[in-house]
Amino acid sequence: MLIKKPADIRPSEITSKENYLNRRQFMRAGAIAGSSLLVPPAMAAVVPARRRAVIRDIAPSPYSTDEEMNSYQDIATYNNFYEFGTGKSDPYANARDFKIRPWTITVEGEAEKTGAFDFDDFIKPFDLEERIYRMRCVEAWSMVIPWVGISLAEVVKYLQPTSRAKYVAFETLYDPEQMPGQNRRVLDWPYREGLTIAEATNPLAILAVGLYGEVIPNQNGAPIRLVVPWKYGFKGIKSIVTIRFTERQPKTSWNMANPREYGFYANVNPEVDHPRWSQARERRIGADLFASKQPTLMFNGYGEEVAYLYKDLNLRRNF
Amino acid sequence: MNTLWQISRIWKPVVFIACLLPAVLVVTDAFGITGHLGANPVEAIQDRFGNWALRFIMITLAVTPLRRMTGWNWLVRFRRMLGLFAFFYVLLHFLTWLILDQGLLMSAILEDIVERPFITIGFIALVLLTAMALTSTNGMRRRLGRRWQKLHNSVYLVGILGVWHYWWQVKQDIAEPLVYAVILAILLGARVWWRARARGRVNVPQL
Repeated sequence: MLIKKPADIRPSEITSKENYLNRRQFMRAGAIAGSSLLVPPAMAAVVPARRRAVIRDIAPSPYSTDEEMNSYQDIATYNNFYEFGTGKSDPYANARDFKIRPWTITVEGEAEKTGAFDFDDFIKPFDLEERIYRMRCVEAWSMVIPWVGISLAEVVKYLQPTSRAKYVAFETLYDPEQMPGQNRRVLDWPYREGLTIAEATNPLAILAVGLYGEVIPNQNGAPIRLVVPWKYGFKGIKSIVTIRFTERQPKTSWNMANPREYGFYANVNPEVDHPRWSQARERRIGADLFASKQPTLMFNGYGEEVAYLYKDLNLRRNF
Repeated sequence: MNTLWQISRIWKPVVFIACLLPAVLVVTDAFGITGHLGANPVEAIQDRFGNWALRFIMITLAVTPLRRMTGWNWLVRFRRMLGLFAFFYVLLHFLTWLILDQGLLMSAILEDIVERPFITIGFIALVLLTAMALTSTNGMRRRLGRRWQKLHNSVYLVGILGVWHYWWQVKQDIAEPLVYAVILAILLGARVWWRARARGRVNVPQL
């Protein structure tokens, strides 16, 4: 049962009807631009290669929350990125010299546009937006993060999946020389994640390339990572090199490691506990030492945008 | 060399202060004097107290084997203090969970103790250590007689529960709990070995 507490939603968070309609129009325009090769996009996305370089031409998004953002320091030093070590501060320490150019993204499987894309060419057709999203980790902590990214829905449309494509699979770079964590088989490398096509084309899903208006830090998944804010953080696969359209549900890393504890969907759900800990509440990183945990919201508070995806799904079984 | 006077007047205070240092460092880190606790200070405090609790359980369990191997009988004079420090760090670990992590929310605390097996076993270890700490005085030892030894033998169980608690809690990377498990296996294995040998079940060439 979903109980809505009015106090949890500030008036400023509710989109006005006017804005909502504008957003629809804007999205339709984007969809047309994305699906037609002949129409040049309004803004060509350019992301510098240099660490912490400022990214230009970022549009704000109506999907952003106005909750207080976590500090750059918190977001960039407290990471789960096992390729660089399993400690929270390991990625910050070990990803410093990670090479983010040249970077190739390979598109495979059930799509019209497959092949190897250079990172800069890959993102060029799309518009950069700032998306300030809540991020809920499966470990019961959360942050508010100002990502810069491109709409995954636009990317999927652009790549033209065939009618047989039901899922999108992603893979992280496998390079043990650069990613010391891959020398230990904590997970079955490379890291894998996946979404249904319907999830991937939900307007909330983005491929993030920036943080706080700058090039995304290596430890946060440079140069390009997935952000799906209604799912637990581990779905947000980092440093993506492969995008594959498939007919069958792809294997995903945490599910492979422990299928009893981590499902394919991994939607944030306060009513379905992790077998070893409660998911009812979360600790907001950056809160006062004596601050209590806050209640976790269904779909991390994004139910309005995503609940339709799961109306026929038993969320207790498909956790 | 180590007279009783030296042990109680010099070495005990020195060891006491050394054992207290990890707790002091957590506090000074929290205030940013000696370091920092990172983005998730509650987790950091809980982990550090928990780790030190396990270390002190291992150190306490190492006293007897070390004494047997080296003949340093004075080591036993520190065993009670080390055991009480194990209890001290378990208690701090528990209080961090109770106050900072759970915010004293009784319903959540009881649910966790009952429904989360790794918390249940941690809690059992705390109860056993509390019983041992309360009966650690010379007076209690005399009063309890034979039962005292029986109760205090549960420190072996506490070691197993503590490592198990840690093992069960980690998400995927078991490297650190594995180190504790190996150390514990050696410390408990040595006792089993000696006992078996004393009973003549195992024949070893005398060195």
